[in-house]
Amino acid sequence: MTAPHTLLKSREALLLIAGTVLLGLIALRAPDFVTPGNLATVFTDSAILIILAIGQTAVILTRSIDLSVAANLALTGMAGAMLNAAHPELPVPLLVLASAGMGLGLGAVNGLLVWRIGLPSIVVTLGTLTIFRGAAFVLSGGEWVNTFQMSPAYLALPRETLLGLPVLAWLAVAVIGLAALVFTRTAAGRALYAVGGNPVAAVYAGIDAGRAVFRAFCLSGLLAGLCGYLWVSRFAVAYVDVAAGFELDVIAACVIGGVSISGGVGSVAGAVLGALFLGVIKNALPVVGVSPFWQMSISGAIIIAAVILNTRAERAKGRIILRRLDVGQEAGA
Amino acid sequence: MTMLTPNAPFAADHGRDAPPPPVRVIPDRADAPFATLLKSWEALLLALILAIFTANSLASPYFLDVWNLSDATFNFTEKAIVALALAFVILAGEIDISVAGIIALSSTIMGATAAAGLPTPVVAAAGLVAGLACGAVNGLLVTTLELPSIVATIGTMSLFRGLAYGLLGDGAYTRYPDGFSYFGQGYVWEWLSFEFAAFLALALLAGFLLHHTAFGRTVRAIGHNPTAAAFSGLRVRRVKFWLFLATGLAAGLASVMLTSRLGSTRPSIATGWELEIVTMVVLGGVSITGGVGTIPGVVLAALVMGLLTFGLGLLNVSGIIMSIIVGAMLIAVIALPILTRKLSLRLRRSAP
Amino acid sequence: MPMFRPVPSASPPPILEMRGITKIFPGVRALSDVNLSLRAGRVTALIGENGAGKSTLVKTMTGIYRPDGGDILIDGAPVTFAAPAAAEAAGITAIHQETVLFDELSVAENIFAGHAPTTRFGLLDRKAMIERVGALLRTLDAPFGPRARLKDLSIGQRHLVAVARALSVDARVIVMDEPTAALSQKEADELFAIVERLKAQGRAILFISHKFEEVFHIADDYAVFRDGRSVGAGSLADTDQAEIVHLMVGRPVEQTFPKIAVTPGDVVLEVEDYSHPTEFDGVSFHLRRGEILGLYGLVGAGRSELCQSLFGITRPSRGRVRIKGRDTIIRSPGDAIKAGLVYVPEERGRHGAVLAMPIADNITLASLAEVSRNGILRPASEFALARRYAQRLDLRAASLSQPVGTLSGGNQQKVVISKWLATRPDIIILDEPSKGIDIGSKAAVHGFISELATQGLAVIMISSELPEILGMSDRVLVMRDGRPVRLYDRDGLSAETLVRAATGNMDANAELAA
Repeated sequence: MTAPHTLLKSREALLLIAGTVLLGLIALRAPDFVTPGNLATVFTDSAILIILAIGQTAVILTRSIDLSVAANLALTGMAGAMLNAAHPELPVPLLVLASAGMGLGLGAVNGLLVWRIGLPSIVVTLGTLTIFRGAAFVLSGGEWVNTFQMSPAYLALPRETLLGLPVLAWLAVAVIGLAALVFTRTAAGRALYAVGGNPVAAVYAGIDAGRAVFRAFCLSGLLAGLCGYLWVSRFAVAYVDVAAGFELDVIAACVIGGVSISGGVGSVAGAVLGALFLGVIKNALPVVGVSPFWQMSISGAIIIAAVILNTRAERAKGRIILRRLDVGQEAGA
Repeated sequence: MTMLTPNAPFAADHGRDAPPPPVRVIPDRADAPFATLLKSWEALLLALILAIFTANSLASPYFLDVWNLSDATFNFTEKAIVALALAFVILAGEIDISVAGIIALSSTIMGATAAAGLPTPVVAAAGLVAGLACGAVNGLLVTTLELPSIVATIGTMSLFRGLAYGLLGDGAYTRYPDGFSYFGQGYVWEWLSFEFAAFLALALLAGFLLHHTAFGRTVRAIGHNPTAAAFSGLRVRRVKFWLFLATGLAAGLASVMLTSRLGSTRPSIATGWELEIVTMVVLGGVSITGGVGTIPGVVLAALVMGLLTFGLGLLNVSGIIMSIIVGAMLIAVIALPILTRKLSLRLRRSAP
Repeated sequence: MPMFRPVPSASPPPILEMRGITKIFPGVRALSDVNLSLRAGRVTALIGENGAGKSTLVKTMTGIYRPDGGDILIDGAPVTFAAPAAAEAAGITAIHQETVLFDELSVAENIFAGHAPTTRFGLLDRKAMIERVGALLRTLDAPFGPRARLKDLSIGQRHLVAVARALSVDARVIVMDEPTAALSQKEADELFAIVERLKAQGRAILFISHKFEEVFHIADDYAVFRDGRSVGAGSLADTDQAEIVHLMVGRPVEQTFPKIAVTPGDVVLEVEDYSHPTEFDGVSFHLRRGEILGLYGLVGAGRSELCQSLFGITRPSRGRVRIKGRDTIIRSPGDAIKAGLVYVPEERGRHGAVLAMPIADNITLASLAEVSRNGILRPASEFALARRYAQRLDLRAASLSQPVGTLSGGNQQKVVISKWLATRPDIIILDEPSKGIDIGSKAAVHGFISELATQGLAVIMISSELPEILGMSDRVLVMRDGRPVRLYDRDGLSAETLVRAATGNMDANAELAA
């Protein structure tokens, strides 16, 4: 078992401590914030960010980036809403699956361009970001899908509560659990770490690096598709500019959560904690008496701080030749 | 002090008494310069421009009008000026996604300065200084703290635009002093706007800097191989710092022009511009990994994007459709050389 | 003339046979009709100069490349490998020089990467992995467990993980590519013990090494490659070093180094109590024009760190440096170059040259001020400077605008050296100058270094090869674990003395006085 002191040194543990301190500070100004009920609300509010951050983590692990997640979300959300408005008799679980499937397809497009054609992921997703959102415009003709056009079942699903938590929150929990399993206990998941950590070695070990990257983009797309439904249903409206700029929040959550932009380092727990950090701040600001207009700059400052801490930690420990004498590890001894 | 005898001592051991081998003469260049030019990325962009020009001229009678074309330049010169500076940053192997945030913050500060009743030169100076300061912050984070520029500038992007939101909230600055509108709406001569003139001048400067100076050579070397560059005595960190500073200044200048053109400031100004500007640079043939790229390429890419949006605008194509076309064009243009290379390899292999 | 001695008939049939293998890359014929046989329970040494085709053969053997001609036979039956995983499944693995392992994963995950056992549900069977890896590590006497993180292990320990991985796939053929390159003597001996064990288990080992002492110590058979062809094979008992060298280069080569006696000139570099917080401590020496100072020590002795600090890449914590009599503070490579001190890194391709840029650009890279006026580059000056050094070093290239990456390794080295000579230095530090260079060109490199000395440069040569250090140096500074051990004079210096100094097995009173 990992020794307790190494556990404490892990990024995730530090993040947990920082988060607890943050909650403590907030509690001083607004004790009502840290009630279980309110914390559950914060969790639910952050659910979509958590799910997307998990997908993005898979991509960043492989030394890639997916800037198109928000546009993917907008397109699938719009498609799902339009479908529901036109055919309210279709069962909602089917719509959810369809959304996720469509998102998967869009992610696969990204994945194929990166894998088969070998384009840099930042360029690919920069392009698909505008293409997907443009497609949402073309699909909807620029029109909105309003609340009254959506079927009651469509709107109700994320809001239904089970054991005190809405389904939206439970979905996030499910995604967290499944992702944690995949990332740590499946060959495909470990392959993400291998490919991002040492791409050359991955080839030698017989791991198909290109396929691993493709799978990462598919996962990111799938989760974006799922969130497409969740977002539109939760806010009860679908329009072209849904989640505009949200992809940067998602990447920020990953960065704060200790996912390294150079690949091979990061975890589901980290992504979740990073997303929660942002969620707590967003929800706490009005309660603490800070104008929400300052939220963006505070997030920015936190991102910078997180990057500084992560970079310090990642810096390879230089060979410390002189100290070897103290440890008693002599070559000739 | 002469170092070596002309006996080419590094050659294989020919034996002590053999005569010295003839001095080998290596030509300076292999390909004729014109041939390399023809095969280049810039040629592709030029062809694209001609195609767009022709298509647009045929599609709309309003296209080939010098005043309309001059108007067209307004929608891309501000971005193009930032793209010129950002090209250097990307050539050096880094990136700056915070440029639009810098524009927003700079604009907000200018608005506040104007609201305080200060005259045009001070307002404009405030915008430039704000841009410079933001660039310095980016530069410090990347060179002194050695943070990866992509995540550092994602952070500063939120920070800068966030400060604009914090200072301005959901309000707007709409009062600007007389004369301020010259930057974004004034003309230097007939149809030549101040903006476009500034862009041309800066493009010439940038091109000269990159292609004909030691500084430009240094930037390229750093982008290709920062370790070898450092080992060769090049001041990698200092150069990168200057590049981020220059990008901040360019964003400040773009902000002066944009604010002057719009006549007002909101914190949401220039939203989404960072991605368009990066697209302009990458479309211009600058490799995202650094080292490869030219200024003429970036200028041509700016023209491509500008003419395309103008032409489509004349046909009443909505902005968002245009962005689809730009996105598709970006992917197609980057994929083209890779696909042609793979195709030619496959053809070569199947040949007997 | 190729020489193939028959292998004694009592030995078992080959597990792996490469017959008539050809591999062509655009413009290069890497392997032509190459043959190699690997037999169970025997170690075969693969010997050849750089560029002879050894690593191409290994990559073909392990499925990374597909041969363009010839057959690969396992137990007499022809096979084709669609991917590296197929070769591994057939029982062929390789232990490479550079780490081909995953720092962020555990030892167990590294060993099972690509072929991990799974449970019914498709999940990784962690328990089985830990158990099996634990058992493997115990048989190797490894001082670490299956859960250890790879990034916490030393190079010798990482080799053990690679060996464990080979055992985990029950490899019948194990390729070791320069395995002792970064190991201490003790670690190398441990590795040899493991090789003996693998032999006893009936596996076939392919051992690639430049070091003849190792080859004759550990290997049974040999195979020699030259210019992509097999030129000799047989049992080591029937041959000797001279014959193998002859096969390698195709002609007898004078092993003596062309050391030219030079009367040393003025003192040009004085280093006093030069220290770094973590890498080295208390180094002092002086250097004259025309002198070659050898810097010897084991891997990790701090020699490169010392020289990189002198060059301004890192900052010392204390100490004085005087160049040409003047106290000099060097805070960056730029300062060093201005002061007349240059450093040619060990990895000349990776750290010395910008491979994507043309030859001329590379040669002028450290002398940009000289080929420009007011910051503006002058192409005529650039090409003139580049041409001058290209001619002097006999560079082979189609044009000076050719990207350096398209040149051969030897020519890339010439470009890097040209870059430094163009700065007209007084002191040149060469880090492992003949690393990765074959015997034929080694003499040329040494001749060149001697020329530099006769022209009045002061040379510091970091080397781990005893014959090179003994043959070239006027004096030798030995370092161990960051500290200077002793500064030796050339007269009467022997290999044993140096090795004992470098490993710390000296008389107590022979250590350098503080």
